[in-house]
Amino acid sequence: MAVPRSATDWMVPVFGLLGAIGLVVCIWLIFTWVPNDAVLFFNQRIFYFHVGHAFNLFIAVGVCGVSSLLFLWRRTPRWDDLALAAAEVAVAYGAVVLITGSVWAKAAWDHWWVWENRLMMSLLLWLVLVAYVLVRRYAGASADRLAAGLAVFGTVGLPFIYTMVNKGDQHPQAGTNGNVATLTGPMQVVFWVSVATFFCWFLALVASRVASTRGERELRELREQGLDAGLLT
Amino acid sequence: MPADRPAQGVLRQAWRIAWKDLQVELRSREIVYTMAFFGAVIVVVYSFAFPASSALVRLGAPGLLWVSTMFAGTIGLGRAFDRERENDTLRALMLTPVPRLAIFLGKGIAITFLVCAVALVVTPLMALLMDVPFFDHPGELALALLLGAVGFSAIGTVFAATLLKVRSRDVLLPVIIYPILIPLFAFGTEATAALLKVPADLDNAWYWIGLLGAYDAAFLVLSMWIFESLVIE
Repeated sequence: MAVPRSATDWMVPVFGLLGAIGLVVCIWLIFTWVPNDAVLFFNQRIFYFHVGHAFNLFIAVGVCGVSSLLFLWRRTPRWDDLALAAAEVAVAYGAVVLITGSVWAKAAWDHWWVWENRLMMSLLLWLVLVAYVLVRRYAGASADRLAAGLAVFGTVGLPFIYTMVNKGDQHPQAGTNGNVATLTGPMQVVFWVSVATFFCWFLALVASRVASTRGERELRELREQGLDAGLLT
Repeated sequence: MPADRPAQGVLRQAWRIAWKDLQVELRSREIVYTMAFFGAVIVVVYSFAFPASSALVRLGAPGLLWVSTMFAGTIGLGRAFDRERENDTLRALMLTPVPRLAIFLGKGIAITFLVCAVALVVTPLMALLMDVPFFDHPGELALALLLGAVGFSAIGTVFAATLLKVRSRDVLLPVIIYPILIPLFAFGTEATAALLKVPADLDNAWYWIGLLGAYDAAFLVLSMWIFESLVIE
């Protein structure tokens, strides 16, 4: 049992509420409290949304990959529900990452899109996710197997995509020099608050999607049982 | 009975299946001819689409070579499995007392041959029409293309076989396999580009060929392992 029924019942309101509070706090912190970045100044503030979503995107991808593997291994439909929910949320988060990234790129580099390594990597990852959702929609009866296969293959492909794009990384870094780990003081606090906020949203969205997929599947199974029993026509 | 007998058996069965496919193909020559012609047409289309200045062609040719080989390969892949679908012969194949692994390997070997045949047509044609010096380092280029064909066939076979009964398989096949294949495509293109440099950058070429090998190894193992759970039929 991937996510117990009782879990989805309380997860949606609780994490939805936490996410809503977090969002307000986040925006307040980002615009009033945290200081300007030393190099990028004001436009660095979009970073808290951009990387906050990117962080959770990777969590979503991980959840999707692992639960797809478990589905192929165990054939328990509940793992499949979880994989689908995580993939759909990942598509949404990926879209946010790409859009906020684009906005930031326009401000920082004066281009909406640059064929630069990390951008390509995010785009490729997002394409695999969109392919996953397309397969789920249009592949008919074997969609669950196909999509699980795609998720597993996509996950195995990640290190290769990383190698491919990592030769000469030119992505602007978040802190003044280096990466998230070098953020200091208020910046670090706001960063982790935003990661936590979007993680709450992630949990709420996944839980509600799992509940609805499960509902659809159970309804379908009941209908089939009814047809078999001759109660339905 | 010697301990290595089962492994030998699988390889022999795989070769028989591959040989059966290749014999069918040798008698009709349908896939090879149409694929090769399609590849040739793409090359001609490219030579209209891009300015024929030699410096630009040198930059673009590696990508064009891999794109045309892969596009033609996708056509062949779809067709090779359509042939199994028409008379429901894949089910017959599945019912034969050989492991699924042998079926996967057999199909994959046959498709590797087909893709190599296309590359054999497309490469000289591009060298001729676009004046690209592909044959300065024939050994390295052939190795890169062979590794590309192997990776393409492994991933393509898994998903073409899974998609066999899906209505929109023709469009879903590229939708699924291209995002997974992009690293392979990029490694191959980089290797070819390194070979085309003046003077040829052999160190770099071998680095990318090595990555192609690693990609093939990872996805071959994954495909062999997952084929059985994806293709239930």
